[in-house]
Amino acid sequence: MCLGIPGKIIEITDTTRLMAMAEVSGVRREVSVAPIVTGALADVVGQWALIHVGFAMAVIDEEEAARTLDALRTLGEAQETLEAMADGDAALAGPTEVEGAA
Amino acid sequence: MKFSTEFRDPDAAKALLGEIARLCDDMGRSADNPLHIMEICGGHTHSIFRFGLDKLIHAGVEFIHGPGCPVCVLPMSRVDECVELAENPDVIFTTFGDAMRVPGTQKSLLQAKAAGADIRMVYSPLDALELARRNPDRQVVFFGLGFETTTPSTALSIQQAAREGLENFTVFCNHITVPEPIKALLDDPYMVLDGFIGPGHVSMVIGIHPYDFIAQDYKKPIAVAGFEPLDLLQSVLMVLRQIAAGEARVENQYARVVPEHGNPVSMAAIADVYERRPSFEWRGLGEIDASGLRIREKYRAYDAEEKFNIGYAAGPRKTPEVEGCDCGKVMTGRIKPTACPQFGKGCTPETPLGALMVSSEGACAAYWQYGGARGVAAAE
Repeated sequence: MCLGIPGKIIEITDTTRLMAMAEVSGVRREVSVAPIVTGALADVVGQWALIHVGFAMAVIDEEEAARTLDALRTLGEAQETLEAMADGDAALAGPTEVEGAA
Repeated sequence: MKFSTEFRDPDAAKALLGEIARLCDDMGRSADNPLHIMEICGGHTHSIFRFGLDKLIHAGVEFIHGPGCPVCVLPMSRVDECVELAENPDVIFTTFGDAMRVPGTQKSLLQAKAAGADIRMVYSPLDALELARRNPDRQVVFFGLGFETTTPSTALSIQQAAREGLENFTVFCNHITVPEPIKALLDDPYMVLDGFIGPGHVSMVIGIHPYDFIAQDYKKPIAVAGFEPLDLLQSVLMVLRQIAAGEARVENQYARVVPEHGNPVSMAAIADVYERRPSFEWRGLGEIDASGLRIREKYRAYDAEEKFNIGYAAGPRKTPEVEGCDCGKVMTGRIKPTACPQFGKGCTPETPLGALMVSSEGACAAYWQYGGARGVAAAE
């Protein structure tokens, strides 16, 4: 939850709400780019960002993105984040079943 | 430790470890009188164990695991309040998955969900906003949890809800701040801390100046760090160099992500939406002054505590912690997880008694995952 994941901003999807499509480890996810917009909204397209719980929080360079993703994979956090994104998508569809509840 | 495969740059890691060892020897530090360096952030704790840094590093450095795991410091009373909110048939309760297995007095959120409560794990508060838009006849409550890293996400979501005039979206705010518990630990006469590894992603939001008091008032060095193993080793070295030179400054090892003054948009959103509570309860640490945030009056319609008259809005409250659990002592670095009588016996990741065993960022879960069996054997 606290470790962000690097994603590349692909395109702006909502100019009013400052939302954009990001590609995170091969998965596309709509995120808010509000925290990283300092000039024209279009300028964030093509940038790499650290994405925390759906918000692009810091612009990083491509090398930093690759290194961070490596470390996250080793920690098992990359997979955890991608699963959380899938959980989020499932949550919008309706109540979900509990697996392995005690 | 397989340097060649685990470390991106094994030679750099060896050089840093060598320099740390030389400084420790120079200062006469060994396993008998180590320097106590607290890594504040639970992500750092996880990384230290995953990469075995606690074993690779000179015995003159002992890592003390700090309170920087938001799931771990959540008191049972707050979990109980989550369950109460979630069991309201009008409510869709949304939460980060990390919080699902934290034990409450009676049950966890996972158990409440199994019993029929409409609890949904989401990735982002934006998912909860979307649920509110799609379910206008239901109340969508988002469990706002975390330090300054996640606080902007709920602040910006509340601002968005207000702009849209959404009437069925609220946040159950449990956001907490890093500097206040650190001050509480520094004021604790039983704590012996020689320096700090500062949290990277929290600092990305708030910058490095909120830690000035650590250096100026308490004369302790701190280096804000990234969470790759080389980042951590480098930041330990920065702290050691300061100690050796008799200095105390705030250094920024993670400047490639952490701006000196933080993220202005996030800081503005936090200031607009939140104010400090007089105090907030931490699991294991008790009430800490000004350590928690609440939603300001102007956004009251988005405050689940107000809307459902629960938590601090319902008056004074206190719940006991689990008996026999030494979470508090582990949290303050007084004992190692393996010294807790419940570690690996009553308390395992599958059946956690205390929250430190729940999250991968919790010290107990880290000990268990990366040496748990060894730790239990050693303790017996």
